[in-house]
Amino acid sequence: MKNAVTRLGNITIVGLKAIFRNKLRSFLTMLGIVIGVGCVIVVVAIGNGATQSIQETINSLGSNFIMIFPGAATQSGARIFTGQSTMTVEDADAIKAECPSVAYVSVIMRTAGQAVAGELNWGTSVMGVGVDWPFIRAWNLSDGQFFTDADVRSAAKVCVIGQTVADNLFPQGAAVGQIVRIKNVPFKVVGVLEKKGGNTMGQDQDDQIVAPYTTVMKRLMGQTKVNMIQAAARNATGVQQAMTEIEGLLRQRHRIPPGGDSDFMMRSQEEIAQANEQQMKILRTLLLSIAAISLVIGGIGIMNIMLVSVTERTREIGIRMAIGAKGRHVLLQFLFEAITLSIVGGLIGVLAGIGVSALAAKLSGWPIVVSPMSIAISFGVAGAVGIAFGFFPALKASHLDPIDALRYE
Amino acid sequence: MARAVIEIHSLTKVYSMGEVEVRALAGVDLLVEEGDFVAIMGPSGSGKSTLMNIVGCLDRPTSGTYLLDGIDVSTLNRDQRAVIRNAKIGFVFQSFNLLARTSALENVELPMLYGELGLTRGQRRQAALDSLHRVGLAGRENNQPSQLSGGQQQRVAIARALVTNPAILLADEPTGNLDSRTSEEIMGIFQQLNDDGKTVVLITHEPDIAQHARRIVHVRDGLIQSDQRIEQVRVAGKGIAPPVAATAATRVSP
Repeated sequence: MKNAVTRLGNITIVGLKAIFRNKLRSFLTMLGIVIGVGCVIVVVAIGNGATQSIQETINSLGSNFIMIFPGAATQSGARIFTGQSTMTVEDADAIKAECPSVAYVSVIMRTAGQAVAGELNWGTSVMGVGVDWPFIRAWNLSDGQFFTDADVRSAAKVCVIGQTVADNLFPQGAAVGQIVRIKNVPFKVVGVLEKKGGNTMGQDQDDQIVAPYTTVMKRLMGQTKVNMIQAAARNATGVQQAMTEIEGLLRQRHRIPPGGDSDFMMRSQEEIAQANEQQMKILRTLLLSIAAISLVIGGIGIMNIMLVSVTERTREIGIRMAIGAKGRHVLLQFLFEAITLSIVGGLIGVLAGIGVSALAAKLSGWPIVVSPMSIAISFGVAGAVGIAFGFFPALKASHLDPIDALRYE
Repeated sequence: MARAVIEIHSLTKVYSMGEVEVRALAGVDLLVEEGDFVAIMGPSGSGKSTLMNIVGCLDRPTSGTYLLDGIDVSTLNRDQRAVIRNAKIGFVFQSFNLLARTSALENVELPMLYGELGLTRGQRRQAALDSLHRVGLAGRENNQPSQLSGGQQQRVAIARALVTNPAILLADEPTGNLDSRTSEEIMGIFQQLNDDGKTVVLITHEPDIAQHARRIVHVRDGLIQSDQRIEQVRVAGKGIAPPVAATAATRVSP
């Protein structure tokens, strides 16, 4: 037994020496595995990160969040927007008044503009909302107060700004009470929103200014048609009920005959998250198949080099056999070489994968989570590839006839 | 009378090449005693190489018996022959057959890596150093084959053949790739080893080289044609301490 261990150790030495004798070739042989394993780790890390951030978004929005867009959703799910929104402020009020399962409703107006404060300016998005909006989004203020119902009714020139806007326009702090000019309209800052970070799509949710929708309609956009209505059901289990109530009410208000297409479309946060998840899944599957193909190509690369190596080292094999190497020794040596190449390649791939993941996390700002599982699996696969693709060349080497091998030029 | 190391009786080897059968050996009897120095001669196609392959346990005879150091090796399988080659036979080849990009020391250690003795690293190293010392290459153990002359490479090969203390040294045209002066030196080493009691079997087609042996066996058409003792053995150079060792030593310590 001790002998067997010693001998296995000897084979290991023999194999390692052979690898180090051909450093450049060994490295090039590994490259396929390096890329394959690296790919797997990066892909899984990005996938995990995306999943996690989607989950976080769901949590931050609350699962009872509902969006109502103007425009028809056809049977196929495609959204047709004819250009003119048919949703009105009155629709939002009616939802609030008549749908018992709905707790909060807000009109949403979206525009963008250059915000100026003193000598500083910052291009950002401007959102017009109602007083329910902080409750729908479960979004607290870090400073000041949200504008009031009276502000909305009187279309007051007040606003609440996101943390990113506050950082850029009022770097020394104390934004509340200051004046921000948007499209030359002076808005008084009454509050600063708590920091929320990026959303699912990677957009910075703190880079926005929120003002009463009445003010945004009149002063900034000059339109009364509503971009979107956001609502929140009383609780998570009531989302479906709330959506049914809203649909019935709006169809009635918009005089849509039974069987006719609605001129609006609803999405719950859960549906949006699911759609995102689905997209991520497709992307992940795609990238993982590329990684798998790359691993197989890496394996074929190893097999190719090992076959070349066996032919090129026929003489060496003959010498080894003449001085007492059994077929098994030669088989193990070449197999060991192949496995070492793929394992070392796998190791470099793991390091490269972690490195690239970290870089991607830094550049994209996404949360990227390297999973120990993906490291273990890709490493195992790399080893398996080494065994699978190294076996044939090793077998070929071990079956050489020593006399022929010695004469090989 | 000394013990027989090689005992061959009615040995035949037939190669079938498609329809045609070639009788490479047609019934050979050969007895080599311990401590002998035999040169096997013969023109190409005589069956000399086939005999050397069988004596070296690289190949199996078609019929007949072959006892090597008292063991019947004529019926052994591949792996069993590998073990015998490792333990009983030290090969020296015409083209040296050292592993490239591998130091002299590691080349000499190689047979021990495949051996059944289970030597430790230190033991292997020491044995290899001793063996290199014996062939006059002390101080050259870290040189790779490409950094050594032909004569020095062949010395490394001889050290490798010696390191497992085999029953026979089997040298196949060991001077074929060397100039006459270096050939003399190499033959001097074989003679010295033989004087120390090592059995040497030399395959050559050069009569000058064969004259260094104690006995010459001529092979022709697969049969032994003649088998004679040499009255006057040709002593290589000054015999022992070959001059290359001296130059090697001066080069190492300037």
